[in-house]
Amino acid sequence: MNETSAMSPATGPSGPSGPSGPPGRSGPTGPSGPTGPNGAAGTRARGWRRAGRAGQYAGLLCYLVFLAFPLAWLVSTSLKSPQELGEAAPAWLPRRPTLENFRAAFEAQPLARSALNSLVVAGGATLVSVALALPAAYVLARHRSRIGRAANAWVLVSQMFPFVLVIIPLFLVLKNLHLIDSLGGLALVYVVWNLPFSLWMLQGYVKAVPVSLEEAAAVDGAGRVRVLRSVVLPLLAPGLVATLMFSFVTAWNEFFFALVLLKSPGNQTMSVILTRFLGAEGVADLGPLAAASLLATVPGLLFFTLLQRRLTTRLPAGAVKG
Amino acid sequence: MSDGGPRGTPPPRTPAARRRALGLDRGAWFLLVPALLPILVLSVGPLLYAVALSFTDARFGRTVETDFTGAANFADLRLDPLFWESFRLGLVWSLSVTALQLLLGLGLALLLDQNLRFGWLARTLALVPWAMPEVVVGLMWRLVYHQDAGILNETLRRLGVLGPDSGNIDWLTDLSLALPAVVLVGVWAGMPLTTVVLLAGLQNVPRELAEAAHLDGAGVWRRFASVTWPALRPVALSITALNLIWNLNSFGLVYVLTQGGPGGKTRLPSLFVYEEAFTYGQFGYAAAMGVVLTAVVAVCLTVFLRKSLRETAP
Repeated sequence: MNETSAMSPATGPSGPSGPSGPPGRSGPTGPSGPTGPNGAAGTRARGWRRAGRAGQYAGLLCYLVFLAFPLAWLVSTSLKSPQELGEAAPAWLPRRPTLENFRAAFEAQPLARSALNSLVVAGGATLVSVALALPAAYVLARHRSRIGRAANAWVLVSQMFPFVLVIIPLFLVLKNLHLIDSLGGLALVYVVWNLPFSLWMLQGYVKAVPVSLEEAAAVDGAGRVRVLRSVVLPLLAPGLVATLMFSFVTAWNEFFFALVLLKSPGNQTMSVILTRFLGAEGVADLGPLAAASLLATVPGLLFFTLLQRRLTTRLPAGAVKG
Repeated sequence: MSDGGPRGTPPPRTPAARRRALGLDRGAWFLLVPALLPILVLSVGPLLYAVALSFTDARFGRTVETDFTGAANFADLRLDPLFWESFRLGLVWSLSVTALQLLLGLGLALLLDQNLRFGWLARTLALVPWAMPEVVVGLMWRLVYHQDAGILNETLRRLGVLGPDSGNIDWLTDLSLALPAVVLVGVWAGMPLTTVVLLAGLQNVPRELAEAAHLDGAGVWRRFASVTWPALRPVALSITALNLIWNLNSFGLVYVLTQGGPGGKTRLPSLFVYEEAFTYGQFGYAAAMGVVLTAVVAVCLTVFLRKSLRETAP
């Protein structure tokens, strides 16, 4: 599963933070090259290498600027006063940083309400989809079967699904069920769209729990339920948490379904409410817009900060010998 | 994997044995159905329903009768210049974004693989766009591109690119600049994932081979072409195929940035379908467009799946 796990976002144990920097690797700077017989050539080679290093740092700097400057500008804008935002030549740093925009954002739009909506929809959908996915993931990971292969193929397909096509019939079906403009209807859609990925992520974590541990517990006289509850579940806990968080953030960040399915402002989730800060004809109140955007990013950032730690806690060392 | 049976055993004869060989007994089904049923009902079902809709004249509204119209929608599509323009834009958008994601992602991954100082900073920053909601990425770049209060115009002015007499550029409503501006945002948002994937792929490059090539006097380019790239190729192909499909389907970023404007210059196919369905209420016609778009994606998908499924069953 190496290749596929590398493709999906914050997937299994071999995620982004995994194989980043193997220690003790001797890169081009390692043991200095062949400076032996020909001194002049050696010096030239070293000069080249030094130029190469400088080039590398210049490249890295370009990337850092490209990646960071929109973020810095967002933060800076959120901290500026309305007067400063109206000035002709915008400055990089706010002269007198203020949190006024964050207060104004809550007044301009039903931001607190939308955050609550997002929390309810994303939280509910996550709990349901992971609860449905967990038993299925266990079965799929422990038994190889045709269904399992079909389910896994479907996971891949679901990553590339034409949402614009599916939204039309979904809209009609939900309308007949009177679930348009309802958080329940949106949550239902999120359950379905989170399921394949949760299923796949959890499978990876189940596979990481050695079968021999289960067998050992069974030999010691533990029943099926007991084995699952006191052997598998504790070892699965970190993976379960990661899956829950990933699923939650996906639903929290989702925009398209929420845009189509939720109509009244009181029902809208945070990502949809954010677009209302643009106002009619794009006349936007920039400060509150930036502040609200930052607030909406908090769960995602929290998730990634926590995830990097999570992924390093794997199985207890020495649970299985050899 | 460990629990696969030995190869070469004859196929099981009795139904019970066959079921066991399939790997599913009744208890297992009981655990699988709750997860598979909603997937079938609410994703495969609507997909079929959508295909059926594309052969009708379904419209928004309660009292309107829906009639089967055969392939009329598709015939209309063939003659709709707006659709073709949107389709062309979709291809330009997804090909250019995907290509830039690969090139820039590869560059950053190679740099990060060098264990440079401040590499951790780039690595952390590269994860941030991923954690951000699409809408926030779009809004943030609207702040950057803003005609008067945006930092881009101000920076260009300070660098002397924008003269003192020329007015500020309105990036997102300029007919010729809007698409490149939007493409840049697409690259910013999608490059990080590509980088992370390629960085993971670089760990597969055999170190001994790279060092041997170095000792044999192979230059940087030669080493990349004959040692690094062959090892990286499968991963790079997979992520590029995925990126291409994601970009073809992408909606939120461009919706927030330009809503398809100015004058349809950034109206990607997905925005076109959305407008047709939920602004004009032409469900049947929109579904037909969606079917065409999906067919294109499906072709990419088949090519990709045939490659990746054969190598790795997850």
